[in-house]
Amino acid sequence: MEHQHKEHSLLAEEFNANEPRVNWHDETLWWVRQKRDKMAWSIPEWEDLREAASRIKHNVLGNLHDYLLAFEKNAQANGAVVHWAADAAEHNKIVLQLLQEQGVKRMVKSKSMLTEECHLNPYLAEHGIEVIDTDLGERIVQLAKEPPSHIVLPCIHKKKEEIGELFHEHLGTPAGNADPKFLTAAARQHLRAEFIQSRVAITGVNFAVAETGEMVVCTNEGNADMGAHLADVHIACMGIEKIIPQRKHLGVFLRLLARSATGQPITTYSSHFRAPKKGQQLHIVLVDNGRSRQLGREDFRNSLKCIRCGACMNTCPVYRRSGGHSYHNAIAGPIGAILAPNLDMKEYADLPFASTLCGSCSNVCPVKIDIHQQLYQWRQVITKEGYAKKTKAAGMHAMNMVLSKPGLYKTAGGVGRWVMRTFPAVVNNGLNPWYKQREMPEAPKESFADWYKKNRKQ
Amino acid sequence: MSRESILAAIKKNQPEQQALPDLDAFRRTGPGDPAAFRKVIETLGGQVFEISSYAEIQALIAEHQPDARKIISLQEQYLPGAITEWEAGDGGRQFENVDLAIIPGQFGVAENGAIWITDVEIKERVLPFITQHLAIVVASQDIVPTMHDAYAERIAHPGGGFGVFIAGPSKTADIEQSLVLGAHGAKSLTVFLYTPKP
Repeated sequence: MEHQHKEHSLLAEEFNANEPRVNWHDETLWWVRQKRDKMAWSIPEWEDLREAASRIKHNVLGNLHDYLLAFEKNAQANGAVVHWAADAAEHNKIVLQLLQEQGVKRMVKSKSMLTEECHLNPYLAEHGIEVIDTDLGERIVQLAKEPPSHIVLPCIHKKKEEIGELFHEHLGTPAGNADPKFLTAAARQHLRAEFIQSRVAITGVNFAVAETGEMVVCTNEGNADMGAHLADVHIACMGIEKIIPQRKHLGVFLRLLARSATGQPITTYSSHFRAPKKGQQLHIVLVDNGRSRQLGREDFRNSLKCIRCGACMNTCPVYRRSGGHSYHNAIAGPIGAILAPNLDMKEYADLPFASTLCGSCSNVCPVKIDIHQQLYQWRQVITKEGYAKKTKAAGMHAMNMVLSKPGLYKTAGGVGRWVMRTFPAVVNNGLNPWYKQREMPEAPKESFADWYKKNRKQ
Repeated sequence: MSRESILAAIKKNQPEQQALPDLDAFRRTGPGDPAAFRKVIETLGGQVFEISSYAEIQALIAEHQPDARKIISLQEQYLPGAITEWEAGDGGRQFENVDLAIIPGQFGVAENGAIWITDVEIKERVLPFITQHLAIVVASQDIVPTMHDAYAERIAHPGGGFGVFIAGPSKTADIEQSLVLGAHGAKSLTVFLYTPKP
């Protein structure tokens, strides 16, 4: 599939056209980040938990082959059917075939970033099957024909008035009613009808336990359970990195996940699916889609530890002010920016540059992924492979020339200061990206080297 | 079949093995604190009633759930006269119009207010989700301090095909981050914290 899109900085510029909206987005996500802090600080052993989680995931990366085999064996013993998909296309084909076997034309799905990554919904639509997303935020963006802009808060970019309008158009709620309580009640009624009619349900997976062959799915709304328990066929789609070794390790991850994500002590429902209910089919689709390749990249394999809490997005100064859609990838924000180049380095070459490298993402990550280091490393790889933007590469080239020759550096600095002082319009114009949203500073009369020489003598 | 190629690629690319961390240091000794458990559930939007006899449940429901007509109780002793025949029907769809379901919880977790429920007790898995309102009866002696204690002591071995931690009523904040109780699951959660008289 060929994607035509603008790059992050241009999409961010569009998002920034509406200043009050950006400010609201920024402040709301920061508020979620602060709720996370409060929760983290209330647990004295928080840092030890992060360390333990990171080490468990490291153990998983080193044993993934055996853990997947154990998971498969145990899941089969529990009565599940296990499928393997090398890429998004194979995943979609497997799901389609299961749906065609059941003869369904309309079915429910709970939140699964993996199915977003694989673009499952449009694929099924092409084959005449309508997927009803049942997470409220996901349903809202689905009605708006948009992708989610955040992995935990899918419609965080939308205002309630816009949602009221969407519901008026699609669910027949009264025009102008934008009360969250009213709109949620309307969605509950609309989606209950879908749960009741649906004979197949797709869910994502938060954790899959090798030892027991069970899967854990976490929601606040209860939509995964409403779908899965009422359906004759439950299809659970998961990336291969969701494996954890033993049941007891859930204790660590369930303590970290919701606290990191939204500042709750735990999600309302943490459902452990081990065996299908009587008369029901349970299918588990294990998807690689580039993960085994990422596993082989030493500098980037830690990105596979991610438990999709979204804390790195909520804290990121760039994400908060540019919005999830500016990342043009199923997973936005800092974690998306280190996962996406593995999928397609050219397509996502801009994302690792969409960061200030401030390191806040790494500080909040519950599994201690060195996100900002990896952003920096991806920049090296992308530039070396020739995928960096031409202006960026040219700038780097010029900088390299000047910085590696002290004589040239001195001359260039003098010329630059003279130009900026004498003809400020040369840099204070729209052609200079640094001039956007700010005035250029007044250039000093002398260089630091000159100042130092003079003052050292005194 | 991609299974073999995926497994081969993983085997080739996976890093050196590292040992798993010891989790014992996270365990607490002794029972969980029912007062802390109660406080978290209330923060999550649930209500907690401390009872010393199941006979108190009836009056509390009459007072706090006056509109509940169709009530299912998984144990006769919780609410005499309530429906207990929950097994017949269309895969759980028959519970769509249940106003209130009263179910037993195996144990609670003090640190987050979660209560463990399995399909061994509830039989029909969808019941605690599809019911309009949910009540769980849990004994105050069955409160563990943390999730580590829960997994180590209470659910170390799989039991039943399905188990769930329920912490509070169903909720969402997807519309402008305003918290609304009652998304798809139960709109309210009532916990009867049972401590028999000595």
